[in-house]
Amino acid sequence: MTYHNPPTTPRRSATFDDYTLSEIRRAAATGIYDIRGGGAKRKVPHFDDLLFLGASISRYPLEGYREKCETSVTLGTRYAKKPIELKIPITIAGMSFGSLSGPAKEALGRGATIAGTSTTTGDGGMTEEERGHSRTLVYQYLPSRYGMNPRDLRRADAIEIVVGQGAKPGGGGMLLGQKISDRVAEMRTLPKGIDQRSACRHPDWTGPDDLEIKILELREITDWEKPIYVKVGGARPYYDTALAVKSGADVVVLDGMQGGTAATQEVFIENVGQPTLACIRPAVKALQELGMHRKVQLVVSGGIRNGADVAKALALGADAVSIGTAALVALGDNDPRWESEYEKLGTTAGAYDDWHEGKDPAGITTQDPELMKRVDPIAAGRRLANYLKVMTLEAQTIARACGKNHVHNLEPEDLCALTIEAAAMAGVPLAGTSWIPGQGGF
Amino acid sequence: MNVSNVATAPARAVNYAPRVFDLAATPLRELNLALHQIADAADEPAWEVVNPKGSHAVAAGVDKPVAVEVRGSVGYYCGGMNDGGEITVHGSAGPGVGENMMSGKIVVKGDASQYAGATGRGGLLVIEGNASSRCGISMKGIDIVVRGNVGHMSAFMAQSGNLVVLGDAGDALGDSIYEAKLFVRGSVKSLGADCIKKKMHPKHLARLQAILDRAGITDVKPEEFTRYGSARTLYNFNIDNADAY
Repeated sequence: MTYHNPPTTPRRSATFDDYTLSEIRRAAATGIYDIRGGGAKRKVPHFDDLLFLGASISRYPLEGYREKCETSVTLGTRYAKKPIELKIPITIAGMSFGSLSGPAKEALGRGATIAGTSTTTGDGGMTEEERGHSRTLVYQYLPSRYGMNPRDLRRADAIEIVVGQGAKPGGGGMLLGQKISDRVAEMRTLPKGIDQRSACRHPDWTGPDDLEIKILELREITDWEKPIYVKVGGARPYYDTALAVKSGADVVVLDGMQGGTAATQEVFIENVGQPTLACIRPAVKALQELGMHRKVQLVVSGGIRNGADVAKALALGADAVSIGTAALVALGDNDPRWESEYEKLGTTAGAYDDWHEGKDPAGITTQDPELMKRVDPIAAGRRLANYLKVMTLEAQTIARACGKNHVHNLEPEDLCALTIEAAAMAGVPLAGTSWIPGQGGF
Repeated sequence: MNVSNVATAPARAVNYAPRVFDLAATPLRELNLALHQIADAADEPAWEVVNPKGSHAVAAGVDKPVAVEVRGSVGYYCGGMNDGGEITVHGSAGPGVGENMMSGKIVVKGDASQYAGATGRGGLLVIEGNASSRCGISMKGIDIVVRGNVGHMSAFMAQSGNLVVLGDAGDALGDSIYEAKLFVRGSVKSLGADCIKKKMHPKHLARLQAILDRAGITDVKPEEFTRYGSARTLYNFNIDNADAY
C-alpha cells in the first residue's frame, strides 16, 4: 500500500486578494498611484439595507395613479429673492465641462429641463451648451475658479460654493493634460496639454467666519437674488452642516463617499469620507437643532440609483437628492454596446472608470472630437428625462404606500433596517425589533 | 467740419458731482444695488463712499466704467469681481481686495491684507503700501503692482498676468506657478516649487515699463527688477518629481 500526502486546495488570501495583488504589481511597474473616476466601489452600508414598512391597519395608503402625491421642491427659501422651484426632488450634480464633453453637458441640460429639475456646472465654468439647454442651472463656485466671472454668476439660477465632494473630502482634482483641448485650456486660462490642478481649498477664504463674508459678497454681486448652496463632502456632516447654516447658506448639499469624481486617486476615493447613509441623519440633526430643517434645504448625493433610494433619503430628512454617476449611465456611460472598445482599454462595460484619460468609448468623459460625436444630446437628454421620471414615479409609489401625499412627508418612522450597521447609521430600528443601535444606551 | 450735429444734439444733464453714500447711515445693499443699476456710466461717472469703517464687499460687482472713491478702510472683498470700475480706497483693504477682477482698476492707498487680487482675470490692482500673504494667488490675467512688500506664498499657482513688487517678497514666492510673470525689485526670501529666476529680456522691460506707467509709478526703472517665472518642470505629473509636490 502506497501512502501519499493529499494536496491542500490552493488558498487565496482574503487580505491579499486578486485586486490587491494586481494593484501592487501595477504600482511597482509604473511608479504612480492609480487615478480613476467615479465614487467608492467598496461595499458600504447603503439604502439597500433599509426597507419601508408600508401601510397597514395603523396607517392607510393612498391610491396609486389616483390620489395625488406631490414631488415639487423649492430650494433657497431662506434668503434668496428668487428661490428655485423644481418639479421633482432629484437634481443633476455638478460635473465639469472638460471632464465631460460638450454634447454630454448639453444632454444633461436637456434631460433635466424636460424633467423639470436643475443641472449644475462644474470645475471649468459655464458653457453655452448647458446654459442654453438648462432651464434651471446651478453655477458652481470652486476653489480653482476656472471660468469664474460675474456675468455667468448673474445668469445662473443658483450658486453652489463647493467646499468638498464625497469622493474626496479634503482633496482637489487634476485634469490631466490629454483632456486639455484648446477650448478647455482657454476656459481655464492655462496652456494646452498641461495638467490642470484644481485646488483643495478656496484661494480667498478659510473657515466658517470667512465663508460667511464670501457668501455676503456673492449675494451682493448678484443682488441677493440667487440661492446660495454650500456643498460639502461626507466628512463631518453634523458640524459641516451647522457651520454652513451659520455661514448663511440657503441650501446644504451633502455628498457621501459613493459620489463620483472626474479623477482622483483610488486610495483617496476608497479610504476618505463616510457612506452617504451615515451622513444624512447627523446633517438633519444639525438642521433640527438650529431650527432650520426645511428652512435651509438639504440635498443629498452619493450613490442614488432609483426611486427607492430617493424615497429613503427623503424619509431620513433630505429635501432633495442629486445624481451624477447614474445620470451619466442614463446618457450612455459604460454601455455594453461599446464592449469591444472597453476591452481594448483593458476593462469591461460597467467597470470603465479611467475617465481622466479622455478615451471614453461612449463619448461622454472625453474631449476627443470623434468620440464625442457618439453622444446625441437630444436622444441622450431624452433618456435622462425618462430615467428621472421613472425615479420620481418609483418614489411616489413608495410614498403612497406609506400614506404620504407628498414625498417630503416620508419620515424615519416609515423605515426599518436589515443590518445593525444600517440601523445605527440611519437611526431607524433593526427589522423586527425596536432597537436603534447607538440610542437608548446600547 | 459739419457742426450741425453738435448744434442739434439734445442737451444732456450730466451729474459730475459725485453721488455720495455714507455707510454709517445707508446700508451697503443700497450702495451696491445703485452701482449695479447704473444704466449709463456717462450719466453718473463719479461715486463716493464715506464711513466704510471696514465694511465688507464695498463696491463688489461693479460692471460699468465709473469712478468710486472710498474714503476710509474697507473689510473683505472690496471691488470683488470688478469689471470696468475705477475704485480707489483711501485707506487700507481687508482680505481679497479685487478678487476675480475682470477689468478696470483698483488702487489701495494703504496696505492690503491676504489674497489681494486673488484669481483676478484682468485690470490693474495697485497697492501703495504692503500686501500680506498670498497676494495674487491663482491670478489669471490681472496685473498687480505693490509699492511695498508682499507676504509669503504670493502668486501661488498663478496662471497668467503680472505681479510687480517694488519691495521684498516673502517665503515661497510663485509656488507651483504656471505662466504668470513676477517682477521683484527687492529681495525674495525664498522661491516656491517650480519658480525660478529668469533673464529680463527687452520685451520684459517694455512690458514692465508699460505696467508701471499704468500704475502711475515714475520713480523706479524696469532694470531694477528681477524676473521670476515657471521652470515648467511640474506641468505634467512625473513620479520622480514627487518630492517637489
